Amino acid sequence: MELLLFNAFNGLIQGVFYALMALGLALILSLNSVINMAHGGFLVIGAYLAYTLTPYLGFWGALVAGPVLAGAIGLIVERILIRPIYQRTDPIYSLLLTFGLALIIEDMTRTIWGPQGLPQEVPDIINAPVSEVYFFITGYRLFVMAITASAAIGLYLLLRYTLLGIRIRAGIRDLETTSALGVNIYRLRALNFGFGCIFAGLAGVLASGVLGLTPPMGNSLLMPSFVAIIIGGVGSLFGAVLGGLIIGLAAGITTTYYPAASEAVIYLMMLIVLVVRPRGLFGEEGLFE
Amino acid sequence: MKRIVSVAAMWLALVTLPFWLPLIGGYTALGSKVLIYAIATMGLNIVLGFTGGLSFGQAAYFGLGAYGAGMTLKYLAPSTPLAIVIGTLVGGLAATLLGPLVMRRRGIYFAMITIAIGQLFYFVMVRWNEVTGGEDGLAGFGRQDIHLGSFTIPLNGTNFYYLVLICFTIAVAVMWTILQSPLGHTFVAIRENRRRMEFLGVRVERYVWAAFAVAGFITAFAGTLNAMLFNFASPQDLHWILSGNFVIMIVLGGMRSFFGPLIGVIIFVVAQDYLSSVTANWMTFIGMIFVLIVLLFPKGVLGIFNRRAEAI
Repeated sequence: MELLLFNAFNGLIQGVFYALMALGLALILSLNSVINMAHGGFLVIGAYLAYTLTPYLGFWGALVAGPVLAGAIGLIVERILIRPIYQRTDPIYSLLLTFGLALIIEDMTRTIWGPQGLPQEVPDIINAPVSEVYFFITGYRLFVMAITASAAIGLYLLLRYTLLGIRIRAGIRDLETTSALGVNIYRLRALNFGFGCIFAGLAGVLASGVLGLTPPMGNSLLMPSFVAIIIGGVGSLFGAVLGGLIIGLAAGITTTYYPAASEAVIYLMMLIVLVVRPRGLFGEEGLFE
Repeated sequence: MKRIVSVAAMWLALVTLPFWLPLIGGYTALGSKVLIYAIATMGLNIVLGFTGGLSFGQAAYFGLGAYGAGMTLKYLAPSTPLAIVIGTLVGGLAATLLGPLVMRRRGIYFAMITIAIGQLFYFVMVRWNEVTGGEDGLAGFGRQDIHLGSFTIPLNGTNFYYLVLICFTIAVAVMWTILQSPLGHTFVAIRENRRRMEFLGVRVERYVWAAFAVAGFITAFAGTLNAMLFNFASPQDLHWILSGNFVIMIVLGGMRSFFGPLIGVIIFVVAQDYLSSVTANWMTFIGMIFVLIVLLFPKGVLGIFNRRAEAI
């Protein structure tokens, strides 16, 4: 029973990272119509920059600086590389472009910081276990959940109540009309891409405290985030978050009973969802069909 | 007429390849690899370029073919033709079974689902240690000499190249026949105007399924040969990185052309082989190739020539 709880909790933490990744991916997918294959790259950028800045800014400063820098680099990448291909209707080009970026970022990370894993130090105040019996529930893990929850709620409030958020939602519904109403959709899409990358960077910093840093960490978190989106339903940000948590939990629980299948199980879940409910749990019917 | 001449020239070059490739610094196995990847990408191009379905997880069926062939040789029977047949069936049937899950999707969503499904097989092969060799890959098998009655053909490097060339020829003939048939014309019509085909009463989804299945069989066929080229099947054969490489090879050569993928494969495989021998950062250069092709040559190498031809 304790083992089950242990694995389930581990899975849930993993699911939090999937959810953060999926949230950024889903945001970019909806408004920019780009599957950002380089999303794992932005996660790695955020994580490693935070690691490098920790000696100067401390953990708390790096926790803010990592995601912000990932977002800033996202803005630059969007401006230089992705904006020129928005008008290509075939999505193959944005896929291949971001795919190439993913390769470049992973390789460059390996060159700059080395192929070995690096540890991210977490302050002792939040790293202590919360209870003696459930040693795996450390303060840091609860902290990760709290930060993720507030980031998700923050995004919700932004989309729901600010002018920028309303414009982003309008753009997702109908980009042409939004543009005709006088919104600068290029700026809108750029900002949106930046937001998505901030979430990737945040996932990176938080994940590095639990998993450590390795160059391929981003790309290995990328595919489960795809699955999170497909299970949650394309077009639904809430679905993406829920999908991430569900598959993380499912992988954790499977680890208890049949460890070898812990990765395969999330893809099996995806197949089941696709058969039973093709649009995903909260997806809009007919989108991309 | 021009076409016949260029195809004949291509075949002449391929048949004589073991003689001239070493002279310019290549090796025969590189030629085999090019042909194997050409079979895989031309198969993928049936769904990607001709039907307009953005299949981004094709390596899964390539890898299933490779593992199918490897396991046949290792556990079942030491027979090269049997390994090819079983591997092709394993990969092809997997694509056929999964087709209904993707056939209704379009564009980005089609790509996402095909990638994610591909990862399922990747993790099965990586984690099913006892049978597949896990992360180290499946080793301990070798391609077997081919027996024709009392006559035995030893499958050394050069002979294996010719076996691959024969397989390439068969695959090309099959694909050419399909694309020239009403089925193939329906594929292209779906790519050009899916909605119109729906209004005409065509069961579009079934045709997308058919294209996906055909592509799966042919890619798996290539995968079986790949396993026997190296006498090794690696989990990397199923990884989404290889899927992406397949797609960029097609775009590099030209998505809309039948032999385009072959050109793309030649450029990409040779570049990869060269880069990985001169720099540890070859991945960065490959990534840059992706970015530059998308930004500068979206129609591929053949696209450049065709544009020039049109201009003249």
